[in-house]
Amino acid sequence: MNKFLRTYHPYVSPFDPCKPILEKTYSTPPNLFMGFQPPNLPQFSPQEALRAGTLWKAFYDPWFNPFEKPKRGETS
Amino acid sequence: MKQVPPEYYQIMEQLQAVDFVLVELSLYLDTHNDDLEAIKQFNHYAKERKRLKKMFESKFGPLQQFGNSYSAYPWNWDDSPWPWQV
Amino acid sequence: MWFYEKKLQYPVRVSTCNPTLAKFLIEQYGGADGELAAALRYLNQRYTIPDKVIGLLTDIGTEEFAHLEMIATMVYKLTKDATPEQLKAAGLGDHYADHDKALFYHNAAGVPFTAAYIQAKGDPIADLYEDIAAEEKARATYQWIINMSDDPDLNDGLRFLREREIIHSQRFREAVEILKEEQGKKKIF
Ligand SMILES: [Fe+2]
Repeated sequence: MNKFLRTYHPYVSPFDPCKPILEKTYSTPPNLFMGFQPPNLPQFSPQEALRAGTLWKAFYDPWFNPFEKPKRGETS
Repeated sequence: MKQVPPEYYQIMEQLQAVDFVLVELSLYLDTHNDDLEAIKQFNHYAKERKRLKKMFESKFGPLQQFGNSYSAYPWNWDDSPWPWQV
Repeated sequence: MWFYEKKLQYPVRVSTCNPTLAKFLIEQYGGADGELAAALRYLNQRYTIPDKVIGLLTDIGTEEFAHLEMIATMVYKLTKDATPEQLKAAGLGDHYADHDKALFYHNAAGVPFTAAYIQAKGDPIADLYEDIAAEEKARATYQWIINMSDDPDLNDGLRFLREREIIHSQRFREAVEILKEEQGKKKIF
């Protein structure tokens, strides 16, 4: 499980018409945990940074839909 | 049908990568104005972007307007393609 | 002043002619938490915020315009050669009737953009908290659009944009810390 996702379990009623989603997830991205960014954090190369959308590895938290498989090098 | 050569995309992406580092460092330095290492890195890539801009423009024409790039003859700022077209 | 550069911030690609995705994406063009709202919000708030964070608002506001151009590029490419029939099938018949394929500043439901989306309270903390919330809302919008999209190239660009919201939120949070700081004290938190 992605360390920037959290889950909860909604109440399931016998009268819910749709197939119940037993576990719901939500995003808690890295900026919530960083505090004031310290200097000299590990960086991506310029080419990787562009593709990642961030220069610093600690902020990298890509979002994929359930039908996508993360490409190599990307964590999910 | 005139299309840009593969080289256009390659050099463009090199420039996009270096410029991205500069954007990231700019925002970082806006809240960390005393990080000397980051400032050195910023100035290093500012120089690198100058070099890439020159190289790109020598092949594909001006990137910037209002005198931040030189023009060839005839005026080639408004030549296609535009960024959303490629 | 501003000047234009003939270059996208990120190499935008889409893989198929898919006007349905364009219809969803327009949320980030003229919607409440979209890139236009973001750019206008920050570039307007900067006139009444302490000098220490004006640079940050200016730079993030400017970057948002680059994101607006990326969204426009995606919408343009997803609809460029679509027929009126395809647009109609994608639920864009109403749009076509009024605009053909022209982009318009409205949200995914067709509601036109309004300045009422953007607050400027003149209170630095209130404004920065609004900015942080705006970034988180834009991040969430990208998630929901990615969840509905089966276009891997489009999702690649959308992932980049979502990641940028994370960084912007981070910087606004740091700006709050800078404004909390007392004269001569060092920031820690
Ligand atoms: Fe943003």
